[in-house]
Amino acid sequence: MSATDTPRRSMRTPLGRVRNLGAAHSGTSDFWRQRITAVAMTLLMLPVIVVVMMTLGSNQAGAKVILGSLPVAVIMMLFIVASAWHMKIGMQVVIEDYVHNEKLKLVSIMLNNFFSIAVALASIYAIIKISSGV
Amino acid sequence: MVEFALPKNSKITGGKTWPKPPGATETREFRVYRWNPDDGKNPSVDTYYVDIHDCGPMVLDGLIWIKNHIDPSLTFRRSCREGVCGSCAMNIDGQNTLACTRSMHDVKDGAVKINPLPHQPVVKDLVPDLTNFYAQYASVEPWLKTTSPTPQKEWKQSHEDREKLDGLYECILCACCSTSCPSYWWNSDRYLGPAALLQANRWVSDSRDEATGERLDNLEDPFRLYRCHTIMNCAKACPKGLNPAEAIAELKLKMVERQI
Repeated sequence: MSATDTPRRSMRTPLGRVRNLGAAHSGTSDFWRQRITAVAMTLLMLPVIVVVMMTLGSNQAGAKVILGSLPVAVIMMLFIVASAWHMKIGMQVVIEDYVHNEKLKLVSIMLNNFFSIAVALASIYAIIKISSGV
Repeated sequence: MVEFALPKNSKITGGKTWPKPPGATETREFRVYRWNPDDGKNPSVDTYYVDIHDCGPMVLDGLIWIKNHIDPSLTFRRSCREGVCGSCAMNIDGQNTLACTRSMHDVKDGAVKINPLPHQPVVKDLVPDLTNFYAQYASVEPWLKTTSPTPQKEWKQSHEDREKLDGLYECILCACCSTSCPSYWWNSDRYLGPAALLQANRWVSDSRDEATGERLDNLEDPFRLYRCHTIMNCAKACPKGLNPAEAIAELKLKMVERQI
């Protein structure tokens, strides 16, 4: 029960409590996106490992040569977008599961969004920077 | 945050060990959760010894024997004694199941340990308060909903469409599945749980029903439906051999189907 509507304090009927605010009519998009990003990451995992292994031991100039290739940069950026999106949805599910304080939940979900977007943008910026050799 | 530990007044303390029945040649040890709302004490686990040559083979037979011969205050629900009514659902040896269909001889390693269904308020001893569970069942509106004029005789259904209800209609609402689900433990106020969702899918899958979209609308919610993380405890616990997780997956598939 939510903190403000525990069965002991509330005189609402059990059915009224279950129906509560009604269905949010959402959730399917996140469910579907989580599957899409999971499949995308599975497909991208091998190429990403190959690219990372190719860059091992190389200096910035060497990395620029590898990441300067359009297909390689696109693969890396797709992987970042898929994994950051997957991470954001997955972490939100964990927060919704375990954080029951409504204010703390809202703040946590907001921070989760900020963090995921920041990680994704920073990673994409790094790839662009290395591949363009700036 | 979710409470992982039991509240103070739910911590189990040591219980009473009842004497072995006089004259019994072979006994089986039963450790049974006891809690009385009237004495203000914490729950305890009492130990009983059942004369296995004087009672039936099922765990429920043992409980009835204890109630008749040792301790008439032991409280539990039972009715049909053949796995049809779902009344005697309880946690036996760490597994939610029906006491009437679980043989005490299948419980290995010493005592038969019996607790009420997990994570539900206890009314007394092995009787859980399933008010919320039943309200969740009511919320899926488990009846045929139609707008077409009612036919003179019955609403017809092909054999193929009828087969789609197999594995769904057999649910006896014992609550073994829902109370074995960690997602339901943490969010039973908003997550409908495996039993109610299996029933929801039973009506969504019914070819005679004309409110399929409306039913899906009422289920499409991050908590009502999507708290299911396919943990599969529900399928493992179901004493009727049903698979609520599969029913929930079918609901999710239908949600996606109508969007893409």
